[in-house]
Amino acid sequence: MVPIIVFVVAAAICVAGALGVVLNRNPVHSALSLVATLFGVAVLFIAQDAQFLAAVQVIVYAGAIVVLFLFVIMLLGVDRAENLESEPLTGQRPAALVAGLLIGGGLIAVLVASTITGKHSSGAKVDPAQANVNQIGRLLFTDHLWAFEITSVLLVIAVVGAVVLARRGAPGSGADAVDAGIPADDFGEPASPDTVPPNDVEETVR
Amino acid sequence: MTSLLFAQLGTPHRIQTPSVAWSGLLPVLVLLGGAVVLMVVGALLPRRSRHSWHLWLTLLIAAGSIGCAVPLWFRVRDHGPLSILRDAVRVDGLALFLGIVIVVGVMLAALLTDGYLRREELEGPEPYVLLMLSATGGLLMASANDLIVMFLGLEILSLAVYVLAGLHVRRLRSGEAAMKYFVLGGFSSAFFLYGIALAYGATGSTNLTDIQRFLATNTLTNNGLLLASFALLLVGFGFKVAAAPFHSWAPDVYEGSPSPVVSFMASAVKAAAFAGLIRVFVYAFALDRHDWQPIVYVVAVLTLLVGSVLAVVQTNVKRMLAYSSINHAGFVLVGVQAASDRGVRSALFYLATYTFMVAGSFGVVTIVGRRGDNRHQLDDYKGLARTEPLLAFAFLVFLLAQAGVPFTSGLWAKFYVIGAAVEARSFWLALVAMLSTVISAFLYLRIVLAMYGGADEADEAAPAVPRLRIPFAARIALVVSVVATIGFGLVPGPLTHASKTAVPKIAAGK
Repeated sequence: MVPIIVFVVAAAICVAGALGVVLNRNPVHSALSLVATLFGVAVLFIAQDAQFLAAVQVIVYAGAIVVLFLFVIMLLGVDRAENLESEPLTGQRPAALVAGLLIGGGLIAVLVASTITGKHSSGAKVDPAQANVNQIGRLLFTDHLWAFEITSVLLVIAVVGAVVLARRGAPGSGADAVDAGIPADDFGEPASPDTVPPNDVEETVR
Repeated sequence: MTSLLFAQLGTPHRIQTPSVAWSGLLPVLVLLGGAVVLMVVGALLPRRSRHSWHLWLTLLIAAGSIGCAVPLWFRVRDHGPLSILRDAVRVDGLALFLGIVIVVGVMLAALLTDGYLRREELEGPEPYVLLMLSATGGLLMASANDLIVMFLGLEILSLAVYVLAGLHVRRLRSGEAAMKYFVLGGFSSAFFLYGIALAYGATGSTNLTDIQRFLATNTLTNNGLLLASFALLLVGFGFKVAAAPFHSWAPDVYEGSPSPVVSFMASAVKAAAFAGLIRVFVYAFALDRHDWQPIVYVVAVLTLLVGSVLAVVQTNVKRMLAYSSINHAGFVLVGVQAASDRGVRSALFYLATYTFMVAGSFGVVTIVGRRGDNRHQLDDYKGLARTEPLLAFAFLVFLLAQAGVPFTSGLWAKFYVIGAAVEARSFWLALVAMLSTVISAFLYLRIVLAMYGGADEADEAAPAVPRLRIPFAARIALVVSVVATIGFGLVPGPLTHASKTAVPKIAAGK
């Protein structure tokens, strides 16, 4: 009885949150509705004995990612009204409707055809006697140690990439620095504007 | 206090962390550590100076990585492959061969980058750092024996290249290329990840050795999950190598990205993606090759035809070369499709020789593109042989090699691949491959004719254009590429021998 009540409550929160994301006019409210959905999913994870996933769901998704969304929304300006009537991609609304109906129909067909047995996968080796946080931790530091470590390279790339892309037109970079003591000859061709054909200048955004 | 804590948590579990054979990881670690060191040292050095500190440091680090790989090569040859970190990494001939190819790709791209950065008034060590980090991802892919490691390698490889594509911050098209590559690449990564999940669902492991063992000892009553994972994994790899239904990004991204970065994309990124493809399909899924071979067959045919036919109608040289690189990916797929020792060997040979050809080609494109990196129309190459005879000759060599003319490495590369296809009894595929060579030869000859013909019109246009300046570092890259292309064409022996040593026997496949 308890599992069903938990499921119904969590599912209601999920669906209400999801509807809130789509239906709210204010993007900040949409982002906050997303938090409700993610919390509901976290509760469902706990109901499925996936405590680690539930914690990650709250910490990473509800905590970090939604906050990032909010940052972006705030930076771009909350009050800027978007014209929702114009479609940048023609026919995307009917296409979305058809795709949604197809996926929904597929889900219902799977449920009705009762191909879901509810048994544990024969492939996955989950030991029911141990908490799954322990099992995941063990795997991270043994079998998947290399994968765990090399993830850090992604962070390094993110930092360097952010530096490269964010330096767009900063003072002291680009053409401004040409006069700072280095002969123009070093740059392959003279930097004076009259040798640069006009179509090259068009491409230059400053 | 601690005892109280343990009482709360229950008895502590002792985990036996795996011991690490560091020597096997050295090529990766040198490159990764070198990139971080260069980033730190680069902050201390002047951001622009007469001396190309960043370039020489990059070359030094890359050479160090190759220097670590060579002793490993002999060790692996004599004592068999190394399996490190609970079999997540497998250092074998394939990993080392393609690892060296990738690092050579980095060196050539770095040599081209130096002059490019000066000409375009860009600066800083970041492009070199990103090149090396991306190559780290490539090496990780080449030596990955676990699908999760493979995915992380792919992401490391790609993310750095997305940023590199948008390196030229003042050029709109560069940003557009980066955006396009990023969005489509992210999409393909999602496919790849889903494929991994399905493969895990079907076999119960992400480790390639375990997958192979599972498939050898079990019969799946319902292999729908496995087949779906084949298809999804193939989408992920196919996107990275620009194979035909997933190629549409390539011309746009190649056209917009900085030319030295394109040379890296076409050489090292392709080599890394093919390393992954060969590892996963030819080795881990060796027993199911009758299921995946037809898919690769069709993809190879499409890639060959799309690459050659669409290249002919282009007028932009960079786009032509983009389509031609699609065509070359098709050739390597022909080798992969054979799923035999000989097929893999020919694919390795192809990737090694193609690295030099394509790096050289885009080196010439970098130089001819001039300031702004915009002059890539066929007309811009008119009369190049008269104004810059040596540059035109180098381009001639690369183009003829790509067309597969005798006395260049391209002939042997194509010859071995088609030989492998014939041995695997894929006669029609071999025929399509040869047909596509003929079609694309037309394209290469078009560029050659533009360079060596059209002198009259060039006379009138000549005063308007200043002479091309070829930076010293780019000269080195071009000379090395020409020497390698002609050298391996005249004496292919050492490279064929190396690729023969590199390929492990397909134990379960035969």
